[in-house]
Amino acid sequence: MRLPERFTLTDAILWTIRIGVLTFVVIGSYLTVSQGLYAQSAWGSFITAGIALGSVYALIALGYTLVYGILFMINFAHGEVFMAGAFTAFFAATALNDIGMLESNLFVSIPAILLTAMVTSLIVAVLLERIAYRPLRRAPRLVPLITAIGASLFLQYTFRGLYGARPRSYPTLEILAGDFVILGMSIPRTRAIVIVAAVLLMVALFWLVERTRTGRSMRAVSEDKDVAAMMGINVDRVIVQTFAIGGVLAGAAGILYTLMFNQVSAHMGFLPGIKAFTAAVLGGIGNIAGAALGGLMLGILEAVGPYLLLAGFGVPSPTQLKDVIAFAVLVLVLVFRPNGILGRQEGT
Amino acid sequence: MVASALRRAVTIGLVAGAAALYVGLVGLVEAFQPRNIVTGYLGLGTVMLGIIAFVAGYRAGAPMRVGRGAVAPLGAGPILAASLLAGAIAGAMLGALVVVMDAVNLQVMLVSASAGLKDALMFTDDAISSALVLVGLSAAIAVVAAALHLLPERIRRPITWSLVTVLLISMLEPIVRVMLVQLDAQWSFLPFGELANFLYLRGGLTLTATIVLLVLVPIVIVGWANRDRLRQRRERREPRDDELIEDIADTTTRPRERRRLTTSQMIWWGLFGLFLVTAPFILGVRLSEVIGTVGLFVLLGLGLNIVVGYAGLLDLGYVAFFAVGSYVTAVLTSPASPAFAPELSFWAALPFVMVAAALIGLMVGFPVLRLRGDYLAIVTLGLGEIARILFLSDWLAPWVGGAQGILRIPPPEPIGRDPQQLYYPIVLFCILAAIAAWSLANSRVGRAWNAMREDEEVAEATGINTTKYKLLAFATGAAFGCIGGAFFAVKIGSVFPHSFDIEVSINALAIVILGGIGSIPGVILGAAVLVGLPELLREFAEYRLLIYGALLVAMMILRPEGLIPNRQRQAELRESEDDDDQYASDAGAETGEPVITTGAAG
Repeated sequence: MRLPERFTLTDAILWTIRIGVLTFVVIGSYLTVSQGLYAQSAWGSFITAGIALGSVYALIALGYTLVYGILFMINFAHGEVFMAGAFTAFFAATALNDIGMLESNLFVSIPAILLTAMVTSLIVAVLLERIAYRPLRRAPRLVPLITAIGASLFLQYTFRGLYGARPRSYPTLEILAGDFVILGMSIPRTRAIVIVAAVLLMVALFWLVERTRTGRSMRAVSEDKDVAAMMGINVDRVIVQTFAIGGVLAGAAGILYTLMFNQVSAHMGFLPGIKAFTAAVLGGIGNIAGAALGGLMLGILEAVGPYLLLAGFGVPSPTQLKDVIAFAVLVLVLVFRPNGILGRQEGT
Repeated sequence: MVASALRRAVTIGLVAGAAALYVGLVGLVEAFQPRNIVTGYLGLGTVMLGIIAFVAGYRAGAPMRVGRGAVAPLGAGPILAASLLAGAIAGAMLGALVVVMDAVNLQVMLVSASAGLKDALMFTDDAISSALVLVGLSAAIAVVAAALHLLPERIRRPITWSLVTVLLISMLEPIVRVMLVQLDAQWSFLPFGELANFLYLRGGLTLTATIVLLVLVPIVIVGWANRDRLRQRRERREPRDDELIEDIADTTTRPRERRRLTTSQMIWWGLFGLFLVTAPFILGVRLSEVIGTVGLFVLLGLGLNIVVGYAGLLDLGYVAFFAVGSYVTAVLTSPASPAFAPELSFWAALPFVMVAAALIGLMVGFPVLRLRGDYLAIVTLGLGEIARILFLSDWLAPWVGGAQGILRIPPPEPIGRDPQQLYYPIVLFCILAAIAAWSLANSRVGRAWNAMREDEEVAEATGINTTKYKLLAFATGAAFGCIGGAFFAVKIGSVFPHSFDIEVSINALAIVILGGIGSIPGVILGAAVLVGLPELLREFAEYRLLIYGALLVAMMILRPEGLIPNRQRQAELRESEDDDDQYASDAGAETGEPVITTGAAG
């Protein structure tokens, strides 16, 4: 049993921050709701946007969580893995568009684009592991993190050099323009597709991890590498597979992200990368269901938060501060609940 | 044996070819080609590709590893065959690129596959014959490089050094030439101007100068080596026991006794001091400005070095301190500050900057006190981004000007904004900061940081108040960063939120890592290389961050202790961690067994 510790100055300050944040959230939401700044349909739209965005974050977050679960390292360059797929697939999409296949043969062209993105991301993720991380398996913890930051910069500027600095826009599809109406709520088609696709991919991942031999060796390696190696598991191969799976999910996330935002550039991976990491931590890093949950929560917070929490205070253009909300969540979660919502708590 | 050497050569050739394709397609070759190495004959882009072929050949001809820790040198035949193969494969890959570029327009996708790249790669008008030339050239360079293995060390070293020297003197043209011209203006009776004209033409070396250097440098090196050998022969003796003990004592942090400077050391320091005082006039306006910028990053590097190097807290949001320093200075001194404009002088504002620094350091420090290393890094990154977005937002615009920033920051009186004048306070503060950092490192505080970094729990058990020392590290680091920010504000004369993105943090981190974590001379070297060179060699500007990224990865893998290592950190970084969660994959790699040579050459 742990004895109650002394209540230090640090504790006092941390509690002040806790109470401050809570008060801020309550008052902010009360002010916004009482002033009736946004109509009900607007809130509905914020929430669906948040869920769609959140499911993309969740897919990227899975890559962080899988790698962390096995190597205990933050693969800071994972956002760039996501970018690599989306940016490369842009050229596949435009090429298909130029020969007129994109609209006419939707069921050929969409899988082709998706495959391009997933394969590119897979290659980048595996190369990253092979070149940058594998030599550092035994290094002190901060060393791979610094490497990952370096790799992140390197990949950003590599793709900037390869594909150019200016952002590119995916060709738009007529079919995806309108809204679906479900249960009286209208939801833009792109958002609905994103959500469904993300859910399918996550189900596939669950199946992979829980039901297949690969998944079982992954779980074994994350439990204890040495014992897993003694049981005849090729640990190196499992690590490569983990990076590959993370890469594939990130590549798919890249396509879903471009479905919503249309634009790709070499620097598009940085913010979603950090936010997905936030999501992974929020859910409990190393925990697959946690990553999915954390992604959804963060997406919704980011989409609804600026309006709900800040608009009430009369903050001008609150959406400018949506990243502040995401980062604040990151800081607060890491400070107050570093094991996340579903993660194992300290001492167990 | 020969077969495995050839197999290795194929791998090396493929990797080298991939590297050559990479530097070509990422745009490095085209961007660097305008920088002349030998004017009219060689551009830096071509030289880069040449270096790749050279390294490939050298590696392909290197002794083979046979079994655990033992190596066997190859014979002359296999060396030549292997390097020829590796060079030819690399060249063929590049040649294939030329042929493909000639046939289809790759620029639809790969923007750097441009006419400029083609110009750099095509030595003839026809793509096929150019490709063949590339194969031949690459193979030839590789063979020459591999032939170095056949030469004795005595000859090999002068040759490599003469090549490196030529490259360096050519690359440093912006510094060397300006210095020569300035010296010529001061003492026109000495032939500095003639020397400058002899060496350089349109940004590169002249052909005659190149040849002269290629001949001269080996002669100097051989002469120097002979002198060294004579002295070594005179001084060769066993170290005494008390010297060994001193050596061991040096590696601990026992406060060292004040060492007497020898006369020659005093002369060197005197000359260095003299150089620092006269530098702006020797170097001219442009270089003084570059030194000013380097000085800012020395301040940042020294501050981050305290947080990362001494206390072991990886701070990725260091830019926040820099930004706060800049903005506090701007608000306090500028008449254009939107809400509150006391219009203090720079020197009157500086104490407030320090106070703000300490406060912001504590503000960042408190919440992150209990975080583990890698989480701390991410949280500080988040805090840094929050700072930038807030400075940019409309919400705080009434106080800090939003995207428009704050303009019209007055220069520090009575110095003014002339780079040759502003140089002095910046260098002065760098020296003060270096002294402060050095004294801290060698004080009780520094030892507490050391203990905390190596093992927090043990440190706490020995009575170190880790909370206090962590906060102290953050506050000191913040103070350095804020002073850097204050000088940044007056140097530029305005502040904009866009100057304060994560690149600044990464830049400071790269400086600390390259120089050596925890090493003060390392920070200065790191800032000079990473900030000074890109300022001078404009071609690098666009690829600066690409190079930083590659450098961070390469340093961590090859030399985590940096170029000028701090001994203690070196020991820490080289030791493998025995945590349960670290996977020991290749146990043999780090045992450091002596390299045994089996069999003779030939």
